[in-house]
Amino acid sequence: MSLLSVSNLHVALGARPVLKDVSFEVTAGEFVGLIGPNGAGKSTLLRAALGLAPSRGRIAIGGDEGLSSRQRALRIAYLAQERDIAWPVSVEAVVALGRAPHGSAFSNAAAQDRRIIEQAMRRMEIAAFRDRQATQLSGGEKARVLIARALAQDAPLLLADEPASGLDPSHQIVLMRLFAELASEGRAVVASMHDLGMAARWCSRLILLDHGMIVADGAPRAVLTAERLRSVYGIEAHLGEAADGMIVQPLDIAAGVDAATTQSGKEQHDG
Amino acid sequence: MTDTARYRVVLAILAAATVVLFLLSLTVGPAAIGLGDSLSALFSDKRDAIALIMREIRLPRAILGLMIGATLGLSGAALQGWLRNPLAEPGLLGVSASASLGAVIAIYTGFSALFPLGLPLAALGGAVLAVFVVQAMAGLRGGTLTIILSGVAVSAFAGAMTSLALNLSPNPFAALEIMFWMLGSLTDRSMTHVWLAAPFMLVGWAMLASLGRALDALTLGSDTAASMGVNLRRVQFLAVFGTAASVGAATAVAGAIGFVGLVVPHILRPLVGARPSRLLPASALGGAAVLLTADILVRVIAPGRDLKLGVLTAIVGAPFFLWLVYRTRRQLL
Repeated sequence: MSLLSVSNLHVALGARPVLKDVSFEVTAGEFVGLIGPNGAGKSTLLRAALGLAPSRGRIAIGGDEGLSSRQRALRIAYLAQERDIAWPVSVEAVVALGRAPHGSAFSNAAAQDRRIIEQAMRRMEIAAFRDRQATQLSGGEKARVLIARALAQDAPLLLADEPASGLDPSHQIVLMRLFAELASEGRAVVASMHDLGMAARWCSRLILLDHGMIVADGAPRAVLTAERLRSVYGIEAHLGEAADGMIVQPLDIAAGVDAATTQSGKEQHDG
Repeated sequence: MTDTARYRVVLAILAAATVVLFLLSLTVGPAAIGLGDSLSALFSDKRDAIALIMREIRLPRAILGLMIGATLGLSGAALQGWLRNPLAEPGLLGVSASASLGAVIAIYTGFSALFPLGLPLAALGGAVLAVFVVQAMAGLRGGTLTIILSGVAVSAFAGAMTSLALNLSPNPFAALEIMFWMLGSLTDRSMTHVWLAAPFMLVGWAMLASLGRALDALTLGSDTAASMGVNLRRVQFLAVFGTAASVGAATAVAGAIGFVGLVVPHILRPLVGARPSRLLPASALGGAAVLLTADILVRVIAPGRDLKLGVLTAIVGAPFFLWLVYRTRRQLL
């Protein structure tokens, strides 16, 4: 089932084109990693898909176009890169905000809402500090609270803008595992990320953006080739295989045609 | 949920305080009338002096105190929530300054002397003009920053024009009247003022009160709020026009009264778990209680001197705000 279908999407911020003719489709069960260098257009792509950035092109959400913002909120949850919490509200209150599109008020959440809020807090391991003020948490804790907020929205599709930044390795893995789990439950996740190792290991599919265009879209092994890492990111990386997945370890800045260091990892696995 | 219970207790206490202060406001004044006499005169059919004083002088004053206080508290809380900025206050949109300018022009030209509602109507006109300028500057896609900057510019211009009127005033009495009016007061207001201001305030309150859930969502930023189904343009429209209608009407009948809209939301925020939606009713009640208190105090402290309400709120409000900032500076950083 198609959860998000984007075709021929163009976005310009002022006179500067940010996205050029971008098309892709996300179906249930996918965990898509959105990768690309700084300024490639990852955040803009996520915002445009939500209608937060003015764009040209076709965006269908769950097969429908022109949804109201309320209907859209029931189908897509969004985790913004911005992690600012304006007021010292409690952690639980922030997570409970995720239920807002479902019609229950901030304060008196019904039983169904309570269950989903509890589950979201448990999944992100924040239930222990549910009564603390969200503004006084550390960066990583705050990130987990905001992820739990997005989970509580309980939408079929989650768009997350750099959800793993600021998290310690164990919580990064918890997050990746959770996203993979959501996908296996029949939902879908699109997450922009910079950690190519995490992306290669956990995502079912990667979309590589560069200069506002999709340069590769497919399974991690097909997308992350030494060639592409060199041309798009300008880096040399070690590409290897572990028992249960791919290993990508950036090593150094690519120096012209000198590719000696990547010879060992240059087996290409297409498809 | 203890959280919700505590919120209800806070609201109940604020409501009770407001009722008590409203009754107290009815019974304080130069004509020493007993508590029982004054209240019974309000509801009796007699047409004696006591009934006249109560109905024509004290009742409108108490009602205006209640409504203007609620307006300032509610609009301050709504603007702080909408702009995600604890420094926002009702005068931010340039509405107060422009309403003042309207009133000043009415006094300056003698329009206010033509008929009793000349001054408040001119002030309302000023407020309407300001809000349309601000909204036109921001446009449909305009952000909150454009609104703030336009408000600052409009306030500065209205302030400059007010100064010009004072500067050129041919008649020192007119200048003095302008100065006094701008200090803000509830003295000698009639039920006509109440009937003029009430419709605008009620409409403004309804617009601001409907923002609760959107303001909660805005706690996490405008993108996240929009992704949760909040229509930001609608929120902007309601916040700007709701503030303009209620604060414009308040300024038109009472002049500019500062600090209530800024300080009251700050005091009450920790008591309602900092949730913007809960702050709205709490702040409206709190604003009413504070303004009624201030208006009682000006009558008690200096009965014969006509101490202006706006002067008192500023004298008490500014140091209090300093103390608040001092106390919460760790959280602000």
